Amino acid sequence: MKVTNITWRIGGEAGCGIPAAGNIFSRTFSKKGYSVIDHIEYPLLVKGGHSTYISRLNSGEIFSLNRDINILAALDQRTIEMHQDEVIFSGYVIYDGEKYRLKDKVNIRKDINYISVPFQRITAEQGLLNIMISNIALGASLALIDYNVDNAVDTVKDVLSGRERETIEMNSRALEFGYKYIREKLKIKAYELEIVKPDAKLLVTGNDAVFLAGVRSGCKFYAECPAPQSYPIHDSFAAVEDDFNIVARNSEDEIEALNMAIGASFAGVRTMVTTSGAGFSLMGEGLGCAAITETPVVIVLLQRPAPAAGLPTWTEQGDMLFSLYASNGEFPRVVIAPGDPEECFYLTGRAFSIAEKYQIPVIIILDKYLSESHFTFAKFDMKKIKADRESIYLSDRDITGDYFRYNDTGNGISPRPVAGLKKGMHIANSEEHDRYGFSEEDAHNRKRMADKRFRKVGGLLEEIQPPVRYGPVNADMTIWGWGSSKGPVLEAIRILNSQEKKVNFIHFTYLYPFDREIVEKYINESSKNVIVENNKTAQLSKLIALYTGYRIGNKILKYSGRQFLPEEIVESIEKIE
Amino acid sequence: MREEYRLKPSDFNTERRPTWCRGCGNYAIHDALKKVFVQLELYPHQIIMVYGTGCSGSGVNFLRTYGFHCMHGRAIPIAAGAGLAAHKMTVIAVSGDGDIMGAGGNQFIHACRRNINITCILVDNHVYGLAGGQVSPTGGNDYKAGSATRVISVQPINPVSLAIASGATFIARGFSGDPLQLREILKKAVRHRGFSLIDVLAPCIIYSSVDIYGYYRRKIYRLEDVKSYDRSKKAEAFEKSLENDRLPTGIFYKVDEPVYEDTLKQIDRKPLIDHIISDIDINKLLNRYY
Ligand SMILES: Cc1ncc(C[n+]2csc(CCOP(=O)(O)OP(=O)(O)O)c2C)c(N)n1
Repeated sequence: MKVTNITWRIGGEAGCGIPAAGNIFSRTFSKKGYSVIDHIEYPLLVKGGHSTYISRLNSGEIFSLNRDINILAALDQRTIEMHQDEVIFSGYVIYDGEKYRLKDKVNIRKDINYISVPFQRITAEQGLLNIMISNIALGASLALIDYNVDNAVDTVKDVLSGRERETIEMNSRALEFGYKYIREKLKIKAYELEIVKPDAKLLVTGNDAVFLAGVRSGCKFYAECPAPQSYPIHDSFAAVEDDFNIVARNSEDEIEALNMAIGASFAGVRTMVTTSGAGFSLMGEGLGCAAITETPVVIVLLQRPAPAAGLPTWTEQGDMLFSLYASNGEFPRVVIAPGDPEECFYLTGRAFSIAEKYQIPVIIILDKYLSESHFTFAKFDMKKIKADRESIYLSDRDITGDYFRYNDTGNGISPRPVAGLKKGMHIANSEEHDRYGFSEEDAHNRKRMADKRFRKVGGLLEEIQPPVRYGPVNADMTIWGWGSSKGPVLEAIRILNSQEKKVNFIHFTYLYPFDREIVEKYINESSKNVIVENNKTAQLSKLIALYTGYRIGNKILKYSGRQFLPEEIVESIEKIE
Repeated sequence: MREEYRLKPSDFNTERRPTWCRGCGNYAIHDALKKVFVQLELYPHQIIMVYGTGCSGSGVNFLRTYGFHCMHGRAIPIAAGAGLAAHKMTVIAVSGDGDIMGAGGNQFIHACRRNINITCILVDNHVYGLAGGQVSPTGGNDYKAGSATRVISVQPINPVSLAIASGATFIARGFSGDPLQLREILKKAVRHRGFSLIDVLAPCIIYSSVDIYGYYRRKIYRLEDVKSYDRSKKAEAFEKSLENDRLPTGIFYKVDEPVYEDTLKQIDRKPLIDHIISDIDINKLLNRYY
């Protein structure tokens, strides 16, 4: 059957090589020009439990995962039980029929194909390791798609480069065996994927994009306290420390991480910290310290279902209002929620520029789904990230006479030098201070300083990108959302508009400062509004109500710890009258 | 680089005069800092002072250097971050015992174990002075302090023992009533490469109910006077630090061990703050993602 889309899921116990196999699958196709989006799901366990990797490839443009799976590669029985309902009519399940007899175990679906590949026997006969079972399943899956296995072998070499030759050879062999088993022994060809122009695409996660933008932006100090979602960012920075003169720090807690970043930033370098919601709670105090001392810092908040420890390896958009209001007192900040890795890249670049120019904390909120899912893009445009700090910082030449660190300027920004200059000596003070930085309790001064800090909002509003409207200007229904639900909603409105329903979508990346004017204009131009959020309490709708007084009545909310699928949104929209 | 101008302690004065209470130990520390900077020929712009929150924190207003007055307990990580970014500068954290031994306890032990190249002056008055005189983590059961209406029976933290156990490489105790010794210790601490702690007994005369200076004078003796004492021996230093009937002051422990900053190749070439970042080429890095 000729197809333009294949969605593949592999599942089994943690420790079976599933992340690597998934990565190889996605990369094999992105290298050859296909659009790919994938996602890994795993329990908070080192071994055991249930872990799966889903990868969707397409010869055209895609924005998110979809619900229907073409091939389910089940390394254990539980994967079949949990996921066979997702398999599309006449789709395929690959499983080890020598390990367990299906009939005794699961409700067999009549409308799909179950294909047995003896993973365990092949592993034993070929002297492979258990962890390579996933590669056998991967090879078998490629045969079903009738895709050249050599491309995957090349990817294995890439992904495992630097590892021992024997490891690479064994992994490649596992792949080829799975492939041959389907092709030569069972002689099954299930799908024929539409051919695309083989221009390699960039395959990056949200975390990758944040890291790459950090390096490009000249981040010199990075810190985190080890956490499953942020560790890949730390790893990436640590690997290039010497090449790019960056210190990547594994902090004992998030309090240290943020305060060290503030210290380094005070001295004059660009800094970034990453954390999940629990760590961000610990950073609350430091956030205020950065704000009143007017020290730039970029904080990346990787949301996961909470409160407290919650579901540490799953996804949710539950911390938006928290990030807007965290820390005591009132101060300007910028909160940005990118919708996909491309936006992660450009907006992280913007975050560094804004933080430095306005001397404020900038918070970038991702969630587990966005941090760890790969998306393909043609390329990133370097011209869009420019670290223009040389024009922002004062040099000895710029300073004549007294230097006022907190000079009360028209735009609220008080230029500063890096530490060590003879003429620009100054103090940063977390107590309210006068223009020199000296502690000051005077009532008039207090008002003046608060006004000075908030005057920055005017400039910020001109720099930030207002919410973007996707789809037709005139629509019967308008969906409102923010951050990572962008992809599923874009897919959903594509489906809806193809069914002659006119639906558009307003997507927020910048959440603070809030651009009231444009939001009011959008509200006036829309007839029926629906909020789509990956949380329980519709936080964006509250934010909109706070600033505009307008309440969005229709809500599609998901808070199961899983990202939306476009089909779910379509079905919910169809129910709204 | 030698500069022509001859530095004097008053070069470190700001337009504001210290506001500490009469008899406060912070004066002695403030004074020692200025004099030691002069002796070491450290100019104001070559120094970053970081202050926590408490009585000592107001020092940010009185000492002319680069300065940062941070949140309660956070002086050490702020100082460590600043020191990493500008590692040619002299970085000193000054803060109270409530601050560093209480809220900042975790950061303190990790700074010790990493041997970060900063100096930490612990202004040890056994009370939360600025907060109203409550007993602090170093406040012991041997004298009544502040809000404690009866002699309390919890064990105080001994900053010197804690620093030894945590891996700091320069550990000393000073006394605000002995400015000469304090200066000598401070000078060596600033010169030391690695994490240096000076636990300065700096009594708060407002919240102490006894003749606190007299009390210390009777108890204290100088380690310099103990000829046989070898300050390079960790176990000996630890044992010394536990002495309580009489209180040793001076340098308990000093060794040269790898310094955190020295293990970082990426700051070896030049300080992080000196890099031009306007057009960093990441194309090679990007290729890995194709
Ligand atoms: C997070 C936080 N908690 C509590 C306080 C209240 N507070 C102000 S000063 C201070 C303690 C000061 O004690 P110490 O560090 O011993 O310094 P001292 O004033 O005695 O010199 C405290 C707890 C605060 N500023 N911040």
